[in-house]
Amino acid sequence: MLTALLVMSGIAIVLGAVLGFSAVKFKVEGNPLVEKIDAILPQTQCGQCGYPGCRPYAEAIASREADINRCPPGGEEGIRKLADLLGMEFKPFGEDTAAPKAKAVAFIDENVCIGCTLCIQACPVDAIAGAAKQMHTIIAAECTGCELCVAPCPVNCISMVTLPETAQTWKWQYPVNDKVASEK
Amino acid sequence: MLFHFHGGIHPDEHKLESSERPSARAPLPSRLIVPLQQHIGAKTKAIVQAGDKVLKGQMLARADGMVSAAVHAPTSGTVLSVDLHAVPHPSGLPDLCVTIEPDGEERWIEHAPLDYRAMPRAELLAKLQGAGIVGLGGATFPTHVKLSINPAQTVETLVLNGAECEPWITTDDRLMRERAAEIVQGIEILRYLVNPAETLVGIEDNKPQAIAAMRQACTGTDIQIITVPTLYPTGGEKQLIKVLTGKEVPSGVRPLNVGVSCSNVATAYAIHRLVNHGEPMISRLITVTGSVRTPQNFEVLIGTPVEELVKFAGGALPGSNGFILGGPMMGLHVSNGQLPVVKATNCIIVESAQLFPPPPAAMPCIRCTRCVDVCPAELQPQELHWFAKSTNFGKAQEYNLFDCIECGACNYVCPSHIPLVQYFRFAKSEIWAREREKRAADAARERHEFRLLRIEREKQEKAEKLAQKEKAALAAKAAAAVAPATDSAPAAVQPAPAAAESAADGATQSRIQAAIDRAKEQAAASKEKDTDILTPQQLAEMAEIEARRADIREIAHADAKQQQEQQ
Repeated sequence: MLTALLVMSGIAIVLGAVLGFSAVKFKVEGNPLVEKIDAILPQTQCGQCGYPGCRPYAEAIASREADINRCPPGGEEGIRKLADLLGMEFKPFGEDTAAPKAKAVAFIDENVCIGCTLCIQACPVDAIAGAAKQMHTIIAAECTGCELCVAPCPVNCISMVTLPETAQTWKWQYPVNDKVASEK
Repeated sequence: MLFHFHGGIHPDEHKLESSERPSARAPLPSRLIVPLQQHIGAKTKAIVQAGDKVLKGQMLARADGMVSAAVHAPTSGTVLSVDLHAVPHPSGLPDLCVTIEPDGEERWIEHAPLDYRAMPRAELLAKLQGAGIVGLGGATFPTHVKLSINPAQTVETLVLNGAECEPWITTDDRLMRERAAEIVQGIEILRYLVNPAETLVGIEDNKPQAIAAMRQACTGTDIQIITVPTLYPTGGEKQLIKVLTGKEVPSGVRPLNVGVSCSNVATAYAIHRLVNHGEPMISRLITVTGSVRTPQNFEVLIGTPVEELVKFAGGALPGSNGFILGGPMMGLHVSNGQLPVVKATNCIIVESAQLFPPPPAAMPCIRCTRCVDVCPAELQPQELHWFAKSTNFGKAQEYNLFDCIECGACNYVCPSHIPLVQYFRFAKSEIWAREREKRAADAARERHEFRLLRIEREKQEKAEKLAQKEKAALAAKAAAAVAPATDSAPAAVQPAPAAAESAADGATQSRIQAAIDRAKEQAAASKEKDTDILTPQQLAEMAEIEARRADIREIAHADAKQQQEQQ
């Protein structure tokens, strides 16, 4: 009887120690699901979902507060990927969500810019170079096309320019069943 | 002892049409359109402007970056423009080209042979890049990159590719028949660069004259000419290496990793022209065949419009309906005759419905796996087709989609006439686009996170400063409170803090004044602003940037206007 008690409590102590140790040693920082969702989101940081950036939206999806169909820049494919990840059904874009657009970058008309820095403060990815009372300009390669800089501009000098297709960004089309597929 | 690669097909050869006429030099065309990017890799930077007079062999654009190769003027004349023009690219999108009007004098820029044996290897490789030498086998990968061998690697075998397995094309055949001695000199230079233990030249057995000519030119050297059986696509790099050496180049690895360096015979000839004559890559041999009056090989200046070249070959026969740049298996179907020939163009086939009847409509895959039997990369084309069709790209990559060399053997045998290669190209470019997007998203995330971090840090710094100020104010108050307790004279109490305050004020004032003075002094000292002492080059660059801005502004205004109109 005593031996059994000793053995059982011995096992309990050892297992408890192991569990306690691993709880400290292998503690997971944050919610790993948020990371996975964030990896799917396009990182435009545009706030069209109603959250202040992609990560807050990812957190909202992870806690089931937000729907998965609120990210226009991610497109329908983004919804599909999120549905796959979360084991949900695909949902088309809601009526209150903007329609997806072609990728564009902001452009500052440098003749009109007064150097107020309002757009710099609005840019979520620091893609605008400039200083107070100095002309500003967009670093096109870093611009995500979120349009957050368009509204704050007091002189309306920012417009969105759709990116033209180049030989580098061009893609082969889905084949159609005749010779045209290989032409042009 | 020869080896075999998996699969392969025997399409109709159609080589005799053009291979039996000696090659000719194509006359000067009315204008030359030289694309600034004719290689795989980074773009080049134009160094001429419209209106410039250029000499034959003068550099038009310099290489920008390691994987890049310069572009040169194919003849002397006047630069008409440096702007967008249609180029041979599957997208049909225009790219930057230098258009030259020849003056007919063919005046060369100063050039001299190189004494390559007295030259360090790195310098010789830099010369190759500066002369725009790229692989002429079809991929146009810059040759100097291919020959850059790190000291840890040793090259056991140098393979020269003279297989020319694709139907209709006979340029390498004619080149080997007519200029074998020059090719061998080029091979010697390649041997000096990579220092191989053995050198093998692989030639398909349907070119007996070329084999004989090369054998004769190689007597007395230890270059071995090896006859390989005719089978498409023996001319593929990995396939030829397998046939000649038995070595399999693993997936995602370059031949150098298995101790083999492979170059085309035409590339060896181009290297000979550079080293022994000082000539950059400005022309190449091109087969003009198909539905033309006299199918023949031509020595053609890069930039010659396709239509003019076809005219030199007697013109297209009635019923022609387009061109194939390259061979019928892997070439590019185009209808625009104004496209220039580029370094990659080895053949122009004039199409007609009789020679190349339109393929019948595709039917569903019946899983016969004939494509598996012929795939030289040992892939499962029917599975890849399935995944590409259903846009299941992850799975396609798992099935090694990127090992596909797009040879078209699967298309050729498919009883359902499915355009398999089109599906693979579609899947490949989609995957690349996704990777680009992913990289952009990752960069944006990083920048956004850094911005949040920065804002947080600034906030903290501000709070700290504020706290310090408050502390200082508190300390001053405490000092003021202590003062009356120690000093019994109340009259002295009032002026004490006031005096301290005014003293502090005075100190700040004087500091500000000093700073203003200093700034003034500095301004006086530097009379010249750095914007006043610009070199002409900088001025030119500024003008260029201004022009670009004006262009973008125009586009932006047009876009904005469109949007307004839509609203």
